[in-house]
Amino acid sequence: MSNNGNNLDLSSRLMRLVIVGHVDHGKSTLVGRLLSDTGSLSDGKLEFVKDICEQQGKTFEFAFLLDALQEEQEQGITIDTSQIFFDTPKRKYVIIDAPGHKEFLKNMVTGAADAEAALLLIDAKEGVQEQSRRHGYILKLLGLTQVAVVINKMDLVGYDEEVYSKIKTEYSKFLESLGVEAREFIPVSAKLGVNIAELKDEMPWYKGPTVLNMLDQFEKKPRPDHLPFRFPVQDVYKFDERRIIAGRVESGKLKVGDRVIFSPSSKQAVVKSIEAWSVPKQPNAATSSESIGFTLDEQIFVERGDVCTLMDELPIVSTTFDANVFWMGKRNLEKGRKFTIKLNTQEVECEVHEFKKAIDASTLETLSNQDHIAKNDVAELTLKTRSPVAFDLFGSIASTGRFVLVDEYDVCGGGIITTYNPTTKEDKLRDEVRTRDFNWIKSDIKPEERAYRNGHRAALILITGEPGSGKGPLARTLEHNLFQNNFQSFLLDRRNVNLGVSADLSNSTVEDESARRLGEVAKLFLDAGHVVISTSNAFHKEDQDDLRLLANPYQVIEIQVASQPTGEPDITLSLDEAQDAKAASTKIQDFLKEKKILMGHNYSI
Amino acid sequence: MDHLDELENQSIFILREAYKNFKNLAMLWSIGKDSTILVWLARKAFFGHCPIPLVHIDTTYKIPAMIEYRDHYAKKWGLNLVVGKNQKALDEGMNHEKGRIVCCEALKTQGLQCIMDEHGYTGLILGIRRDEEGTRAKERYFSPRDKNFEWNFKDQPPELWDQYKTTFADDTHIRIHPILHWTELNVWEYILREKIPIIDLYFATPEGKRYRSLGCAPCTGTIDSNAKNVEEIVEELKHATTTSERSGRAQDQENTYAMQKLRARGYM
Repeated sequence: MSNNGNNLDLSSRLMRLVIVGHVDHGKSTLVGRLLSDTGSLSDGKLEFVKDICEQQGKTFEFAFLLDALQEEQEQGITIDTSQIFFDTPKRKYVIIDAPGHKEFLKNMVTGAADAEAALLLIDAKEGVQEQSRRHGYILKLLGLTQVAVVINKMDLVGYDEEVYSKIKTEYSKFLESLGVEAREFIPVSAKLGVNIAELKDEMPWYKGPTVLNMLDQFEKKPRPDHLPFRFPVQDVYKFDERRIIAGRVESGKLKVGDRVIFSPSSKQAVVKSIEAWSVPKQPNAATSSESIGFTLDEQIFVERGDVCTLMDELPIVSTTFDANVFWMGKRNLEKGRKFTIKLNTQEVECEVHEFKKAIDASTLETLSNQDHIAKNDVAELTLKTRSPVAFDLFGSIASTGRFVLVDEYDVCGGGIITTYNPTTKEDKLRDEVRTRDFNWIKSDIKPEERAYRNGHRAALILITGEPGSGKGPLARTLEHNLFQNNFQSFLLDRRNVNLGVSADLSNSTVEDESARRLGEVAKLFLDAGHVVISTSNAFHKEDQDDLRLLANPYQVIEIQVASQPTGEPDITLSLDEAQDAKAASTKIQDFLKEKKILMGHNYSI
Repeated sequence: MDHLDELENQSIFILREAYKNFKNLAMLWSIGKDSTILVWLARKAFFGHCPIPLVHIDTTYKIPAMIEYRDHYAKKWGLNLVVGKNQKALDEGMNHEKGRIVCCEALKTQGLQCIMDEHGYTGLILGIRRDEEGTRAKERYFSPRDKNFEWNFKDQPPELWDQYKTTFADDTHIRIHPILHWTELNVWEYILREKIPIIDLYFATPEGKRYRSLGCAPCTGTIDSNAKNVEEIVEELKHATTTSERSGRAQDQENTYAMQKLRARGYM
């Protein structure tokens, strides 16, 4: 397209601006006019478009400069977002012309999502319309609150101040209900070039800036360097001897030597180097919006989706949270159906847990008792993910507090996380464990050093199954065999924990608390480097989940004695197999060797 | 962080998303400035390595110096180069005299399709930019093509907050455009800053002619210019011209919606 915006200083930064509003209120015309009035059109472009109009027997319109697709020119409506570069004497712009037809909301969203400021157009003759409001709402949801309203086609209402004031009052009120304040209401005629590049005489009652002046007054968004460090892992590379954790700094700063923690796994390490290719000087720090890579001092398991932060500024980790969502899918967003949530580099299955409020975005009316939303509508809802995700509230750190929803192959919705209240038992326990982990006073002896001395890593072996299936004898045999092989094994019997640590708990009502205490005791032995063996008749799924949470980051291995295994045990033993405790114990030890838990003494790690 | 850093960081992010999400990925290298900076950006993204194969569609009408340059740097940078050709069309004597659009479609679009079928690529990285021409201004970073290679520009996926279309049906593929947001000037500023070796067809001859955009010899014209090196090109672009970058590319001017038609059917 036009080869413009080139005559500026190298250091000037680009301002990203979107133009939205109801269909036919004159967005493309305004952009075409801005290009023309700033001399940003390439040579022959105007003539080229005029020729096309002549060929098709139409009068020339500035909108045709933007509407490059044949269908757009023929139908006279913008179908897809266009991005055009132009400049004013002050700075460079990329201007995003977003479609105003309800059908093309997803294209409007695409245009508006990465803009820093918005112009919202309203036709003076038609006044505030459906998309005027919907677009206002979407801008707010996208976090785009630097907005000026342009009241266009003033020539069609005789440049009447009263018409202007009426629209201004009505739309201000609407924006106010969203908590947004427009920077200015500018009366213009884009077609005739009134108040676009210069203030013309038609409306002496208007004392504000022209559209171009307004653009120059918008502020660049400061980069979020001052916020807590957030680094969603994009990938882990091993192209050469370096193992590089790659991703983009979403906010904050990172330095070589920082101790970092990965959520949701809670694994920790120290940043050894920040890697870069073909740079004058190897960096020792990185700030927001930089795509970087770093190496760690320890070989911990890290994968795409983990969120790396500093120790004292953790993200929230949960499976449930409240969000405001807008929907663009052909099929409804409804309860009972599974979607994929993409939150930074995390990708997890999720579903709507509860619709709190479904809203018609064009009127802001609540659609009562509705547990779904259709295309183009908005909802306040609670989402539940299949496994825990790490995030922030949108209000605290925008880039880690927003997500998209994928239905089958397509991105169909977007949302921002508004609140988080740990309500489920699992969420509460996870919060407790995280608080515990972050405040834990760690030994100077590293787990790897203990593993080297012991010849094995610490792990929790859970032997589960029906009563009378021979779990107890098997556990005792395993403890003994490991001990004979010079490993640090310890049988932690739940009854002993209940007799001592949990003696204050009365039986049945406090299952959860008893499991928690067992888990905490196990954690201490794991910290000491032991292979901890435990059995119980009462290990149902929930208890096991709790124990896994509490034992993290140590490995938990489940050995199930059953004819019909439930869940996903690491090893299943038939009732007959379990009867031969010695053979079963050998089988378990082979598995532990395979998993590199038992490594043998003087084994280099 | 200046504007070139911003552009570079965004492009690296996109390249890494592509590399992670597509098992069978390739990058188109036309030898021109845009796809050459893509190669450079890939080496930045992957810390000195280019783990993505580079596909060059040889129409056999390319300017000979381009092939020399290609082979030299493919070797020097350790690139995995895959050359594609529509041999059948060439055997049948396809050339621009049969019509520029017909020729582009046969030798470039179908040439590309042949090699995609052969290697089963599901993701293809291209160096197109929004400021080149109108239909490209409406492109996405991750842009789906159906089994017939067609671009449904009337129903493009939404793209927000750097979440791209990375899931797709069998028989379709995704075009990935990591430098979509760059301008022609940005490209040259970056070449200057990074000291990227660029083919000298872009530099003015003693007669005062240079190529501004590179393609096949019969359909690519020169412009009047005295810019003999990268610095002078940057200066030229900053101060002068409002002529379209692709003004030397004859196929664009063939008829009113030439580019839309070409691109809807799978052209780059």
